Amino acid sequence: MTESGSQNSTPRHRFNWRTVLLGLFPLLALGAVIAYFVFTGGGLGELSTPPLEQVNIERITMPEPGVIVLHAVNDGPETLTIAQIAVDEAYWDFEADPSNTLPRLGRATITIPYPWVKQEAHLIKLVTSIGTTFEAEIPAAVVTPKPSGEFFLNFALVGFYIGIVPIALGMLWFPILRRLNPRGMNFILSLTIGLLVFLAVGTWLDALEFADRLAAFWQGVPLLIFVSLISLGALVVIGTVYRGSRRVLDTAYLLSLGIGLHNLGEGLAIGAAFALGQAALGTFLIVGFALHNITEGVGIVTPLVRNPPRFSHFLGLILLGGGPAILGTWIGGFGFNPVLATIFLAVGVGAILQVIWEVGKLVVNESKKLGDPALNWTTLSGLSSGLLIMYFTAFLVKF
Amino acid sequence: MGKQLSRRNFLLGSTVSLLSGAGMTKLAQALQEEPHTHALQTPEGDDADAHFGMVGNVNHARNGFDPLRMLVDWDYGKVSILPNGQTLREYQFIAYDKEIEVAPGVFFPAWTYNGRVPGPTIRCKEGDRIRIDFTNSGTHPHTIHFHGIHPFEMDGVPGAGPGEIGVGESFVYEFDAEPFGCQLYHCHSLPLKRHIHKGLYGAFIVDPTEGRPPARELMMIMNGFDTNFDSANEVYAVNSVGFEYIRRPIPVKVGELIRVYLINITEFDPINSFHLHAEFFDYYDHGTTLTPTLHTVDTIMQAQAQRGILEFSYRWPGKYMFHAHVSEFAELGWMGNFNAVAAEDFEQALAEAGLDADWDRLALHGSTANG
Repeated sequence: MTESGSQNSTPRHRFNWRTVLLGLFPLLALGAVIAYFVFTGGGLGELSTPPLEQVNIERITMPEPGVIVLHAVNDGPETLTIAQIAVDEAYWDFEADPSNTLPRLGRATITIPYPWVKQEAHLIKLVTSIGTTFEAEIPAAVVTPKPSGEFFLNFALVGFYIGIVPIALGMLWFPILRRLNPRGMNFILSLTIGLLVFLAVGTWLDALEFADRLAAFWQGVPLLIFVSLISLGALVVIGTVYRGSRRVLDTAYLLSLGIGLHNLGEGLAIGAAFALGQAALGTFLIVGFALHNITEGVGIVTPLVRNPPRFSHFLGLILLGGGPAILGTWIGGFGFNPVLATIFLAVGVGAILQVIWEVGKLVVNESKKLGDPALNWTTLSGLSSGLLIMYFTAFLVKF
Repeated sequence: MGKQLSRRNFLLGSTVSLLSGAGMTKLAQALQEEPHTHALQTPEGDDADAHFGMVGNVNHARNGFDPLRMLVDWDYGKVSILPNGQTLREYQFIAYDKEIEVAPGVFFPAWTYNGRVPGPTIRCKEGDRIRIDFTNSGTHPHTIHFHGIHPFEMDGVPGAGPGEIGVGESFVYEFDAEPFGCQLYHCHSLPLKRHIHKGLYGAFIVDPTEGRPPARELMMIMNGFDTNFDSANEVYAVNSVGFEYIRRPIPVKVGELIRVYLINITEFDPINSFHLHAEFFDYYDHGTTLTPTLHTVDTIMQAQAQRGILEFSYRWPGKYMFHAHVSEFAELGWMGNFNAVAAEDFEQALAEAGLDADWDRLALHGSTANG
C-alpha cells in the first residue's frame, strides 16, 4: 500500500447515506427481480409444470367417540384445497379451521364427525381439488388422553418407573464400584462408554424417525445434524471453560444430562404408545425399559468413584438422568410435537457424544496410569460388555 | 456376566411388583375407558347418518352438464328421410379435453365427447341409419366404438377402417342401428383403460319398432374417476357427479312405471351393481328383449360394458334410496334417492331438484318408436 492508498481508505470507513444506499442496492435489485418473476413468470412458461401438491398430516387425535381431528400442514410449493375427505373409503362430512384452502406452509385443523371403532384401524384419505390424495392411518383408535390431573399423575408415574427407578437402582452398585481395583474400574468406565455409544446410536435413530416425519420445509435430517453438532460444540466449550475441582462431578452431571435427554426420547415413545392405543404393549415396555435403563445408573456414578460427592448430588443426578422421562411421557401423551421431539433428541445426541469424549479421556488416563495402551483387553471387553448388555436388554423394548 | 444377570433378574422381580402395586393397572384402565361424553352433535341435532357424503355442491353450469338433466336428455340427432324411406340421424361428435368437477371441489382432467361425461345419449329406433361425423380436437388419438351390429370398418378400433382418429382428424361412422336395446359407445384407442376412464363413453339407446309401454324413462351410466391416477377410482357415481342424486333426489310419481336404462362403464373394478330400496324390478339384460330376462329382483350386477333395462313403480310416497351394493362404491359417491310423490306434489318435487316441466316431458316422451 502506498501513502495515497491509505489516505483514500480512511473516508471509506465513514458511515453515510451513500454507504446505506450501497448496502441496500443489492436488496432493491433482488426486489426488482422478484417482482419481474411474480408478474411475468420470468419467461419460464415452457418450464412451468402442474402443481405438485404435498400435505403433511402432523397429528391425529380422537378427542371423544365419534370425532377425529387432523392437524394438516401444506408443505408443497403452492396453495392447495382439501376438497373432500374419505374415512375408510367413505366420503364424510368435515370442517376445516381456519379453512380447507391452505397456503404454502399453512395449517388447518380438520374435524371429522366419524363414528370410529375403539381399538380398530381407520384410514383417512384427503382428496384435493386436483384429485391428489394423501392418506393417514389410525393404527388402533382410542380416545386421546386429555391433560387432566389424573393422567398427568399416571404418566408421571410411568416416567418415574422407566427413568428415575432404574437409575436409582443402578446407582446402588456404587459401593461395589468403590471396591474395584484400578483395572476393574477401567473396565466399568469402558462399559459406560459402550453404554453411551449404544445410547448415542439409539437416540440418533429415534431422532431420525421423527425428523423423517417432519414437513419438508423443516429439513428434518439437517436440523437433526446441526442441532447435534451445536449441542456437542457448546458442551465441549462449557467443559473447557469451567475446569476446576468439580471436574469429575461436572462430568457426572453432563453424563446425567445426556442420558436424561435420551430418556426423554424413551418417555416420548411410551407416552405416544399409550396415546395411540398401544396400552397393552405399555406395561411390557415399562418393565423392559426399567431393565434396560438400570445400566444407566451405573454409568452415571462411575466417574465419581474416586471422589464421592455429597449424598444430595446423587439425588440431583438421579433427577437429571431420570426426570426427563417423565417430561417425555407428558409430551408424548398429550401434546405430541415432532419438531420439538427432533430437537430434544438431537440435543441428546450431542450431549451423549460429549460425555463419550469426557469418559473416554478418563479411560485413556486410567490406562496410562496402569501402563496399558488406551485400547486393551480390559477396555475392549468393558466396551463390548456395555454394548451387548444394552443390545440384549433392548430386545424387551423394541417392537 | 452371569453374576450380573442374576442380579438383574432379582431387580426385574422387584420392578414388576412395584408396577403392579402402584397404579399401572389403574392407568391402563383409565386409558381403556370411554370418557363420559356424548357424540358430536350437529347444530340441527341430526344423527350420525347425516354426516356421510361429500361437503359442498358442484357447479353444473361450469361443468356444462347436469346429472339430473342427463337422465332425460335424449339426443335424436338431425333427422331426415333417406330415398329408401329409412330414417337418417346425423350427429356431430367432437372429442376434446375438459376439466370437470366430479365431486364438490374435486376437478378431473377429462377427455370428453362434446364437452360432457358421459357423452350425448344417442336415441334412435332400430333400423335407423346413424351417421356420426367425428372430429378429434383432443390431445391423443381417439375413436368411437359402438356396441351394436355394424361392418368391420365401422368398429372404431385400431386396425379397423381408419383405426385411431388422430388429433385434428375426422371420420364419419355410419351404420344401421341394431339390435334394439340399451347399448353404449366408447373410445377404443389404446391404452384402453385410460381412454375409457378419462370419460369417453355414452349411451346408445335403440328403441324397438313396436316401442315399449309408456313410462318415465331415465338414463344412468355407472362410472368412476381415478383422480390420482393410481388405477383405482376415488369417486364413483351415476352420470359422473358423486352423490348428486342424494343432494337432489330424482322426482317420480307414485304408481307410474319407471324405466331405467342402466349401463356400467366403471373402469378398474370387475363389477358394479344396482340395488333398489323398498321395491323390486323386472330386468331386461342388454335390453334386447321385450320380455324380462329376470323377474322381481332388487339387485343386479353388471360387468364393465354390461347394461340392461329396469322397470318398476312405487306404491307409497317416500325418498327411496338406490345405490351400488358394492358398499365401497356407494360410500364413495354411487348413491342416490328417488323422491316418489303423489301426482299433486310432483311440481314441488321437480322444483326441489331444480327441474322444470320440460324435464318431465322429456322423461315421459323419450321413445322414438311413435315419433
